[in-house]
Amino acid sequence: MLSLAGLFVSAYLYLYKAGYIGTIACGTGGCERVQFSPQSSFLGVDVALIGLVGYAILLGVSLAGLQPKFAEARWPAVALALLSGGAVAFTLYLKYLELFVIHAVCRWCVVSAVLIAATFILSILELRRVRRAS
Amino acid sequence: MAKAPPKNLNRFYLLLGLGAALGVAALAYLVVRPKAVSIPANVTVLAGDTTGFRGYVIGSDLAPVEITEYADFECPACSEFALVQWPSVRDRLIETGQLRWRYRDWPIDQLHPYARIAAHAAACANDQGKYWEMHDALFAGQGEWAAPRGNPTSKFRGYARDLALNLDEYDQCMQSAMYAGRIQASYDEGSKLGVGSTPTFLIDGRLYSGVMASDSIRKLVDRLTPAATTPQP
Repeated sequence: MLSLAGLFVSAYLYLYKAGYIGTIACGTGGCERVQFSPQSSFLGVDVALIGLVGYAILLGVSLAGLQPKFAEARWPAVALALLSGGAVAFTLYLKYLELFVIHAVCRWCVVSAVLIAATFILSILELRRVRRAS
Repeated sequence: MAKAPPKNLNRFYLLLGLGAALGVAALAYLVVRPKAVSIPANVTVLAGDTTGFRGYVIGSDLAPVEITEYADFECPACSEFALVQWPSVRDRLIETGQLRWRYRDWPIDQLHPYARIAAHAAACANDQGKYWEMHDALFAGQGEWAAPRGNPTSKFRGYARDLALNLDEYDQCMQSAMYAGRIQASYDEGSKLGVGSTPTFLIDGRLYSGVMASDSIRKLVDRLTPAATTPQP
């Protein structure tokens, strides 16, 4: 559920950046500033697109982990923890850019940060549960 | 050890599917809805922005008196003037050939975030010969679209539809922001003259700030009209 929500948040930001959505519901103007800043792309790829793909992978791994044949497998929990851990680290880097380089905060990016942090915490709890069970 | 039976995840999948459907529907709506536009402020004014344009004019070229109004479509006082005093001015002075009226945009961006979009909507209506109709619609509907409501682009498009404008041309005009420079030029010119609030009226070289009663305007017009052209009682 968290990955799905994150996926839609990223899709919303990406569609806005790509010009498919006229204005963004942000209120402060920070979203526009962040989305059109030079830091809104990473290694030439839109950060929103990276988020979109990342959340899609997280959703896929989560759904795979729910399948009966992987009920006892450790890899989904490990993969989720690694992926969401990497995403949290990337999010922290993006928050640093927002606060100290762009000097603007995008509320939708904050929503995404909360979602990925929650995903990471739950994936760690799941990893501990799987370890105990094995 | 026997494997635990798989959990019944049907309800979860149902919720996930509903969430996905809602998300896709919301994004699809955002993509297909009429695009909100914004008209930039402080653009560089090019010569082409003002060539042959000195405001929106109504009234006879032969009228002995001209009044220039500097106004902002989102300003409540301008709306009050437009709704209460303007009809009388138009009927009694402009349509009788005594007065020519020139409207110039003077958007106050700090207070009225949609004033430029409104001014641009009126400029696009002007392309189709419906400036004053849009002027009246914008002021009459100000309570429906002024901040803190959301971006009024779709509301203005509704006015354009009500006025039977060609919506394809109107949309193209709005999306291009082609009159942003013209609006800025008007603002710059008013500022140079000393306009500092809206509405402000330029009458015989003098600025009058605030809502003017139609009777006051009539007295001024009478005073400024050369004796030979003053209608005799």
